[in-house]
Amino acid sequence: MDALKDLGGPAQPLLTIKGLVKHFPLKKDPLGRGGGVVRAVDGVDFEVLKGETLGVVGESGCGKSTTARLLMQLIEPTRGEVVFDGREVGSRDLPLKEFRRQVQMVFQDSYASLNPRLTIEDSIAFGPQVHGVSRRESVERARDLLARVGLSPQRFAERYPHELSGGQRQRVNIARALALQPRMVILDEAVSALDKSVEAQVINLLLDLKAEFGLTYVFISHDLNVVRYVSDRVMVMYLGQVAEIGPADALYDAPAHPYTRALLSSMPSMDPDHRTEEAALAGDPPNPINPPSGCRFHPRCALAAPVCGKVVPERIVTSSRHAVSCLIHEAGSGHPMATEARREAA
Amino acid sequence: MSTVLPISSAVAVEPLPAQRSRGYWASVWLRLRRDPVAVGAAIVVLLLIALAVFGPWLAPSDPYQSSMLKRLKPIGTEGLPLGSDELGRDMLSRLIVGARLSLFIGITPVLCAFVLGTIIGIVAGYAGGLTNTLIMRTIDVFYAFPSVLLAIALSGTLGAGVVNSLISLTIVFIPQIARVAESVTTQVRTRDYVEAARASGASPFTIVRVHVLGNVLGPIFVYATSLIAVSMILASGLSFLGLGVKPPEPEWGLMLNTLRTAIYVQPWVAALPGAMIFITSISFNILSDGLRSAMDNKG
Repeated sequence: MDALKDLGGPAQPLLTIKGLVKHFPLKKDPLGRGGGVVRAVDGVDFEVLKGETLGVVGESGCGKSTTARLLMQLIEPTRGEVVFDGREVGSRDLPLKEFRRQVQMVFQDSYASLNPRLTIEDSIAFGPQVHGVSRRESVERARDLLARVGLSPQRFAERYPHELSGGQRQRVNIARALALQPRMVILDEAVSALDKSVEAQVINLLLDLKAEFGLTYVFISHDLNVVRYVSDRVMVMYLGQVAEIGPADALYDAPAHPYTRALLSSMPSMDPDHRTEEAALAGDPPNPINPPSGCRFHPRCALAAPVCGKVVPERIVTSSRHAVSCLIHEAGSGHPMATEARREAA
Repeated sequence: MSTVLPISSAVAVEPLPAQRSRGYWASVWLRLRRDPVAVGAAIVVLLLIALAVFGPWLAPSDPYQSSMLKRLKPIGTEGLPLGSDELGRDMLSRLIVGARLSLFIGITPVLCAFVLGTIIGIVAGYAGGLTNTLIMRTIDVFYAFPSVLLAIALSGTLGAGVVNSLISLTIVFIPQIARVAESVTTQVRTRDYVEAARASGASPFTIVRVHVLGNVLGPIFVYATSLIAVSMILASGLSFLGLGVKPPEPEWGLMLNTLRTAIYVQPWVAALPGAMIFITSISFNILSDGLRSAMDNKG
């Protein structure tokens, strides 16, 4: 296994997602009723730039994890394209196996993602062996990586997963993901299940590894503080769609989408001058089997106007690299606040 | 939150696991050893296997030697510690020598069905979808018949004889084992570590070999062990019906059959082969139960 080449230069996005859709069909009952689809991911476009960390946030069930599994090609998309460094995944240019060497994933459940019958070093060495590295060399690499993630190989290499703590296991999972020397790692709630102190250690480990190996991260989490801490850019998802995407600081300081604003205001603040002012989100997100018409967020939106239930908002670029899907920002959309937005733009 | 956390990432500041680890099977063995009932059953099973292997040398007299004068003697007769059968043959020798054939026709079908059923079940469970439906519905057709009926029907069709009864019993057990294999494989298939293996680009065959097999063989093995008892009884039943072992071969099921006319004359002697079948099947059952709980225990 030789080092992986950068193909398109630093300006080309490492990963480009176009019109990604995943509908899970529902079973029909014996009378032929039902049989709708769950629109888990419904038309998602975004890019992951080389060397950045893209944070993905959203409530449970908004399609974060489905998006991760689609990126990883663990499930087949209903529609849409995944382009990795200029080459379409699954095409002749970039076969799936080759793609999987370049992109790896760390799962949330540190215990379930390790085979209970394999020792730690065998689990880590499995990936390289699949790609033709000899067993001895794979095990050697596994031990090096164990040391790199802060677990002494002498003490841990021949252990079984159940003998380790959650934080230690997640370090093993990170080592396993890095064993293939990938260029990109998808972290699907990778630190969410850990204690706060352990979480902080593992996050700092992830940041160190990113700098050392020149990695690109897609960091999925429901923890808004953690996402801001690690991310260069943040994508906010709602009901299988992208509500807003932009640089982390811009998005946190001046959220453009009412949903982002509501999410951020639900975040407890340490500063008494920044108490929760706006009403936090009430209720659960609507059912993705039958999403609301128009803007999917309108039934829960504090700024909703009648037009929001009829017109699907387009993605509007408000400033460089900051985009939002909301009628308020769409000039002439018919939303009472939209004209204002147009005047500001002019 | 934008300030760097003052926590080093270099070393896991968490307790190290205390003592040297054992492999999975080593810890199962350790737990099994602490279960006195299972250990007892295991000893009985080992004795029976020893009997099967060394039977012909252990038997005090010729199990085929009949004598018109010594017919149906009671237990404790001189020279005949367990009495004699309807042809005056020594019961003790026949029971000892019969262990080999009885265990053979009890265990062999389960072994064959274990291999074939596991393969079928893992393929169905790992493939999922349409493949799973096709395989499992076909299996269900066989499963719909009561095992005894299916064994008799298959044996009757194939014709009497030991090999044919082994084949028919194998066919009876394949669906049962395949079902268990399918259900455990379906569970394992959706685990994150299998997903992670897929994400590393491994082929389905490699994933099954490295990540699925080790996690499904245990439960399937336990289930198969419990089938040995059923197999013994079914095989004896086939011999009893004249579809399996032919006389004068000593086999417990067949002996039970030929002695049934003597049930009013020498009930204790006539019950002996049945007792052997009972002891064997219950020992295998208890052992498989013990294995199950030893394997359930995590940590």
